[in-house]
Amino acid sequence: MDPLEIARWQFGITTVYHFVMVPLTLGLGPLVAIMQTMWVRTGQERYLRMTKFWGKLYLINFIVGVATGLVQEFQFGMAWSEYARFVGDVFGAPLAMEGLLAFFFESTFLGLWIFGWSRLPKKLHLAVLWVAVAGSVVSAFFIIVANSWMQHPVGVELVDGRPVLTDIWAVLTNNTALTAYSHTLMGALAVGAAFLVGISWYQLWQRRRDGIDTTDATGRVVVGSRPSIPGRDAVDHSVWIRSLRIGAVVAVLAFGGVAITGDAQAKLMFEQQPLKMAAAEGACHDGTSFSVLSIGNLGSQNCDDVVGVIEIPGILSFLAHGDFTTEIKGVNTLIPEYQAEYGTNLPDNPLYGDRAGQPINYLPIMEVTYWGFRLMIGFGILAAGVAVLALWLTRKGTVPRSKPLMWAAVASILAPFAANIAGWVFTEMGRQPFVVAPNPTPGGVDGVFMFTAAAVSPAVTGEEIIFSLAAFALVYGAILVVELRLLVRYVRGGAASAMPELGHPDEPDQKPDDVLAFAY
Amino acid sequence: MDFLPTLWFVAIAALWIGYLLLEGFDLGVGMLLLTSTRDEKQRRLMLNTIGPVWDGNEVWLITAGAATFAAFPLWYASLFSTLYLPLTLTLLALIFRAVAIEYRGKGRSERWRSFWTAALGIGSFIAAFGVGAMLGLTTTGLPIDANGDRVGGPFAWLTPYAVLGGLAVVGFCLVHASAFLGLKTLGAVRERAARFLVRWAPIALLPLVGWVLVIQFRSGTAVTWALVALAVVALAAAWLSARAGREGRAFLGLAVFLVLGASSIFAAVFPVVLPSTLDPAFDLTVENASSGDYTLGVMTVVAGIGLPLVLLYQGWTYWVFRRRLGVQHLPEAHAVEPAVLK
Ligand code: HDD
Ligand code: HEM
Ligand code: HEM
Repeated sequence: MDPLEIARWQFGITTVYHFVMVPLTLGLGPLVAIMQTMWVRTGQERYLRMTKFWGKLYLINFIVGVATGLVQEFQFGMAWSEYARFVGDVFGAPLAMEGLLAFFFESTFLGLWIFGWSRLPKKLHLAVLWVAVAGSVVSAFFIIVANSWMQHPVGVELVDGRPVLTDIWAVLTNNTALTAYSHTLMGALAVGAAFLVGISWYQLWQRRRDGIDTTDATGRVVVGSRPSIPGRDAVDHSVWIRSLRIGAVVAVLAFGGVAITGDAQAKLMFEQQPLKMAAAEGACHDGTSFSVLSIGNLGSQNCDDVVGVIEIPGILSFLAHGDFTTEIKGVNTLIPEYQAEYGTNLPDNPLYGDRAGQPINYLPIMEVTYWGFRLMIGFGILAAGVAVLALWLTRKGTVPRSKPLMWAAVASILAPFAANIAGWVFTEMGRQPFVVAPNPTPGGVDGVFMFTAAAVSPAVTGEEIIFSLAAFALVYGAILVVELRLLVRYVRGGAASAMPELGHPDEPDQKPDDVLAFAY
Repeated sequence: MDFLPTLWFVAIAALWIGYLLLEGFDLGVGMLLLTSTRDEKQRRLMLNTIGPVWDGNEVWLITAGAATFAAFPLWYASLFSTLYLPLTLTLLALIFRAVAIEYRGKGRSERWRSFWTAALGIGSFIAAFGVGAMLGLTTTGLPIDANGDRVGGPFAWLTPYAVLGGLAVVGFCLVHASAFLGLKTLGAVRERAARFLVRWAPIALLPLVGWVLVIQFRSGTAVTWALVALAVVALAAAWLSARAGREGRAFLGLAVFLVLGASSIFAAVFPVVLPSTLDPAFDLTVENASSGDYTLGVMTVVAGIGLPLVLLYQGWTYWVFRRRLGVQHLPEAHAVEPAVLK
């Protein structure tokens, strides 16, 4: 068994899985913190309920992010030891900074927040959440810095064939990192926002179905209450309509954010990894038009087979350079350039094992890059469209009674997740065959690049990696099922699921004394 | 001797010791949860003593790993790839454990709870054992070649030292956890923990003592032997305090014992970070495995700012949650019902 292929599958699967939890943590965290801030400032009950309810879902998701993040941290050494040896001087530093300057804050302060409801003064308790959320946001920065160095290595010089860090500031302000970071944060906000919209929609719909809320002749909502159902009072309505509208507005803004930052990123990528972008176009020949849809056989890896059906002239040039006329190099132009620059065959080096001397295929898998790029954008547009529609449909204070519409709103929670995943798969697989892509821009150091084929641990056997891959896949799959079931259960419970006192109006405080307001 | 690599060797030793010191007792609480009681309220009580702090404690492990990557990439690469299988198991155990802590209380059925209790207990055991085996092996040696790669199959690492290290950490976790529970709880849990501590500490700590002695006989110096002597004094003081019912001192004494004992190990192996059992020429050392001075300098600045802050706010967390807990303080677990008419 070929350890390399299995190790790649394992890295891809575990990282993509981690990145299902991550954007929800990153996107929902600030929203919960804003809700609690509103509660502390206004004292309004609805904001307290919002904080507790969304905070609960946030925590259920957070823990899986933590558990899978651990694997990420160790994987580089376990399965990619040659990679770790090659890049260690540069790549370890942001990871260690992430631990020291972000994870410690994030997890310590989150523990304080969860258990601190009755132990800390109100404002301090709020501050503690903001620190934890800031920890997540900072952690994302450092990990993106590490990843962006693989996309576009800067700040190093080559000593004895290894990159040695000479300028940490250059690494931290890598233009690739700044755009990728802002793009990823915006993508995460889109996820958090869609989560608010879909779930609030479901709650409002239930209130209508149960006859609690009705509409008057003009279609305006008439808010009711049903004391026999825990939490279904009049405040409850404003919890969900508020959440929905906050979510929808944030979703629209976040889409604006991803478009602007994504555009900046595309311009950099045309410069830094032109072949990735050419493969994303499936374009053989130099040109200016962006393909909305191409037919032909992307899978044949022969770009002459690919024919654009719908093409918009000039847009590709606009994406790359901001004008409509500059020709963008196609695959057929770029491959010889890569071959001249980085060789036609893998070096005869024991690191490459059986692969030493084989010809190098510089073209990333076109099906993946082409569709990864379009799915990312497409799902993003879909999510933004849903948000706009949600704002329109709820303008009179509640959602329509339609059940299919409710299911559509819930299902559209998945769109930004899908966009995020597509984006990463595009980014990472478009970088192949390099694990550290060469930096062709002026200032890039010659020789600082690494083929993925050289990165895997030489002594680890295929069987070992198969075992771990199977084990992680099974465990991750099972945990995803459990997480989803818990999320569903808490969502169906509404605000009362996170605030048991709502179900027992007679005994508002069932705690024996104030030692623990929350306990496992 | 180069200053920065030496400093970073000390820093990484400190991170590992910090990890054992903090996560030690919460791993131990996890194990004891499975074995020491069947009473649901008491189990919840035990779990809640570590509730606010366990995740922060676990970050010591993440940071120890990442700092090793940053400061000694060759050590990180060789150690982790050689121990591929045991680390996979350790990670799976940590995953189960983390999820168990958070999810255990969120279901109502007996099966749900006993599943997660088992996941928590067994996960804690495997994680403690795995980390212990790894530390045991990095101080006693692995079969690595000139490139730092494993020679031999997936189980080439499996030696008595792996077992010794694993048992050492498991034993310490159990003992430290009972000292912790004695300090943090009221009632039956407290009493049982105190009894456990007095009765089992001398036996459970034997493997750790054994590991310390193995290292000392191989490469001890006057200084490291002095550390060992002090560690023994701390251990005796801890045990006597435990017998006298001085819970705070017992906990502290054990902590001092761990710090001194582990320091004696790290100090004795220095400057070798990962010995090769094949040829001493292949040993990874503080000089040949480290990053360049520039990287280490950057990391020194970051750690100089970060670590004191971590100590400060983690200390504050322990202060905020300093009150002893009893089963009477636990709010009733509540069922999550759909918000519709039944
Ligand atoms: C853009 C953001 C992002 C990306 C690309 C990654 N992560 Fe992540 N990671 C986070 C954002 C994040 C987070 C939002 O900060 C998490 C999610 C849940 C959490 O606890 O923090 C997290 C958790 C998390 C943890 C657990 C932290 C804890 O216990 O608190 C570790 C060790 C890692 N990650 C490590 C990695 C590594 C080595 C990655 C690269 C392959 C990686 N993450 C990709
Ligand atoms: C969280 C978002 C990320 C996702 C979804 C992701 C996804 C992927 C995927 C799908 C692959 C497999 C590509 C292939 O083998 O063809 C891969 C490979 C890889 N990625 Fe990422 N990645 C992410 C972030 C990162 C980060 C932040 C780093 C570095 C810090 C990183 C480092 C790597 C490495 C080392 C490989 C293995 C080599 C390879 O096969 O390309 N990735 N990633
Ligand atoms: C207007 C549309 C968008 C454009 C022009 C765009 C552009 C890009 C480009 C060029 C990349 C590749 C960068 C690289 O190779 O390093 C990328 C990656 C990515 N995209 Fe987008 N994007 C858009 C929308 C979205 C949306 C809606 C989301 C998610 C909600 C998203 C999430 C991501 C993610 C997670 C990555 C991988 C991480 C990264 O490199 O930042 N993108 N995007």
